[in-house]
Amino acid sequence: MKIGVLIKQVPDTETKIRIGPDATDIVREGIKYVMNPYDEYAVEQALQVKSQVGGDSSVTVVSLGPARVVETLRTALAMGADRAVHVKDDAFEAQDSMSTARALAAALRSESFDLVFAGKMAIDDNASTVPIAVADMLDVACVNTIHSFELSGDHNQVTVRRRIDGGEEVVQCALPALLSCEKGLNEPRYASLTGIMKAKKKPVDEKSAADLGLGAEEIGSGGSGVQLTRLLPLPERGECKFVEGEPQEAARALVQLLRNEAKVI
Amino acid sequence: MGKKILIVGEIQGGALRKTSLEVLSAGRAVAEKSSGSVDAALVGSGIDAPARKLAAHGVAVKQVDGSAYASYSPETYAEALTQLVRQQGYDVVLFADTSMGKDVAPRVATRLDAGLVTDVVQLDLAEDGNLRVVHPIFTGKVNAEFLLRNKAIQVLSLRPHTYPAATEDGSAAAVEKVEIGVEKQPRAVVKEVVAASGGTIELTEADVIVAGGRSLKSEENFKVLFDLADVLGAAVGASRAAVDAGYQPHSQQVGQTGKVVNPTLYFACGISGAIQHLVGMRTSKVIVAINKDANAPIFQNADYGIVGDLFEVVPLLTGEFKTLLGRE
Ligand SMILES: Cc1cc2nc3c(=O)[nH]c(=O)nc-3n(C[C@H](O)[C@H](O)[C@H](O)COP(=O)(O)OP(=O)(O)OC[C@H]3O[C@@H](n4cnc5c(N)ncnc54)[C@H](O)[C@@H]3O)c2cc1C
Ligand SMILES: Nc1ncnc2c1ncn2[C@@H]1O[C@H](COP(=O)(O)O)[C@@H](O)[C@H]1O
Repeated sequence: MKIGVLIKQVPDTETKIRIGPDATDIVREGIKYVMNPYDEYAVEQALQVKSQVGGDSSVTVVSLGPARVVETLRTALAMGADRAVHVKDDAFEAQDSMSTARALAAALRSESFDLVFAGKMAIDDNASTVPIAVADMLDVACVNTIHSFELSGDHNQVTVRRRIDGGEEVVQCALPALLSCEKGLNEPRYASLTGIMKAKKKPVDEKSAADLGLGAEEIGSGGSGVQLTRLLPLPERGECKFVEGEPQEAARALVQLLRNEAKVI
Repeated sequence: MGKKILIVGEIQGGALRKTSLEVLSAGRAVAEKSSGSVDAALVGSGIDAPARKLAAHGVAVKQVDGSAYASYSPETYAEALTQLVRQQGYDVVLFADTSMGKDVAPRVATRLDAGLVTDVVQLDLAEDGNLRVVHPIFTGKVNAEFLLRNKAIQVLSLRPHTYPAATEDGSAAAVEKVEIGVEKQPRAVVKEVVAASGGTIELTEADVIVAGGRSLKSEENFKVLFDLADVLGAAVGASRAAVDAGYQPHSQQVGQTGKVVNPTLYFACGISGAIQHLVGMRTSKVIVAINKDANAPIFQNADYGIVGDLFEVVPLLTGEFKTLLGRE
């Protein structure tokens, strides 16, 4: 089985986010980059499927981004992926999620994967758009935000669960399919030392916009319908008003404040 | 040029969701500014009642009703909406950023080659007539402003509870049944829908949330929060520490790896206020913190605070609210 994984490199969740001087980007100096946490579930699931199916199954990780993205691709190779594709071109700068999806769809098209995993959301742009858009562009089935996964015995179909507002759906889907992964799906493995050593020798193919046959009207700012204009700080909350006194008094005073001052009750 | 706006309504358990009315009011605000118009779409099977309910808010409803839509499928729903937009020539399509909106909006945007922004918390019209929106990024640590341009059609999904819900104005508008056939069978099929345990009010839609943390110490102890929630018609939320400890299901988790909520009033009871929790609730209009520790970071993000033991304070609050609201 040919399995693909879409992985994005993002600032570590612990990063303190500061708006840069021209307010169109955050301050990038000193940021530590990691694999998007939801993509770790995607890589892990792909590796589990590979060992379940066996034979000549392979896992290819695909990432679009600048040169530094290679580190994250290597992390996935060290976890056990077989091969990486780095979609890299200056032409991808300042593009929106739809253009990124077009470029990734183009990269996946020639691979003819049976199964592709992605994260449910990138924790930097918080778009939750790319997996569904890529699947729709490739005209393959897509189930979003899965937290459980089961491959049928004949390897032709998956049964997955996804949380929805007010409950959970059990969804059955024939392959080929693209699945976006949510927390709870599995426990992502760490790369072992031998894994890290082996990863150094595994192939990373670079693909430019031209390699993928993408024109200026499909990608970059020319292909994008959405343009970032500026970053805005979060609105400040005023000082906390501490309600003092014996618990009974404090409770009564708080209820009065919520009714008469905040007017929310 | 007036924008022709389509808002997409949503049905849950046979009834129209409140988020549909929020999207309606947001759509109306843009339509007014651009001298445009708003219609609503509703997709499903046997949905006369919710369609009439929506129309009672003064918006013309396109009812896409048929057995093909009896069970939810993002593929068929997206196809129906895509065809509707093409047929009627809408410029802007607005969804609520619910689990359905998140699932369908990107598909509709792809099929229409539209501009797309999800999880929009502010929607406006720029001077040049393009839509201008705000969408939180870096899991809510900063807001980003975007301009939608360059594409003929724009698709947005709006964060629940961010816009006031439209109210019934007595002027029932027309409901038009639109026949849209979907040729392709969906490839992913929903086999079963399992209702969540936990509270009955969906966290992201709740007007008031009473949330508890690790300090609750057990599932049983959460009763003290459910009692307060009952009086206020609130939903009960939890920190990750409480969810990981098994006191509440993951569906109730607020924060970076849980849900982003945006209620009018949020009670943080015995929650320390870690950044990963704050990003899930800090856009709440009013935040009340109850914590033993006066130095807990939650107080830096709260409007009102009581330093004390939640097991003492919360029942007293429940009593006070009962008296105030005449529920005794
Ligand atoms: C990648 C990542 C993602 C995360 N995602 C989330 C997320 O989505 N949501 C989330 O909530 N957290 C998340 N966390 C965890 C987060 O960092 C905190 O660990 C968690 O929020 C702490 O939960 P807590 O406030 O309930 O517990 P604690 O931090 O242990 O705080 C308990 C608080 O209760 C107070 N207290 C104790 N007893 C009482 C009492 N009787 N009365 C009143 N006050 C009392 C204490 O003073 C203390 O402030 C995430 C962490 C990481 C690394
Ligand atoms: N630049 C990228 N390269 C590879 N995969 C990506 C990229 N951007 C997004 N993805 C995938 O799409 C998921 C959701 O991202 P987003 O739609 O940006 O929130 C991520 O978790 C990745 O799996």
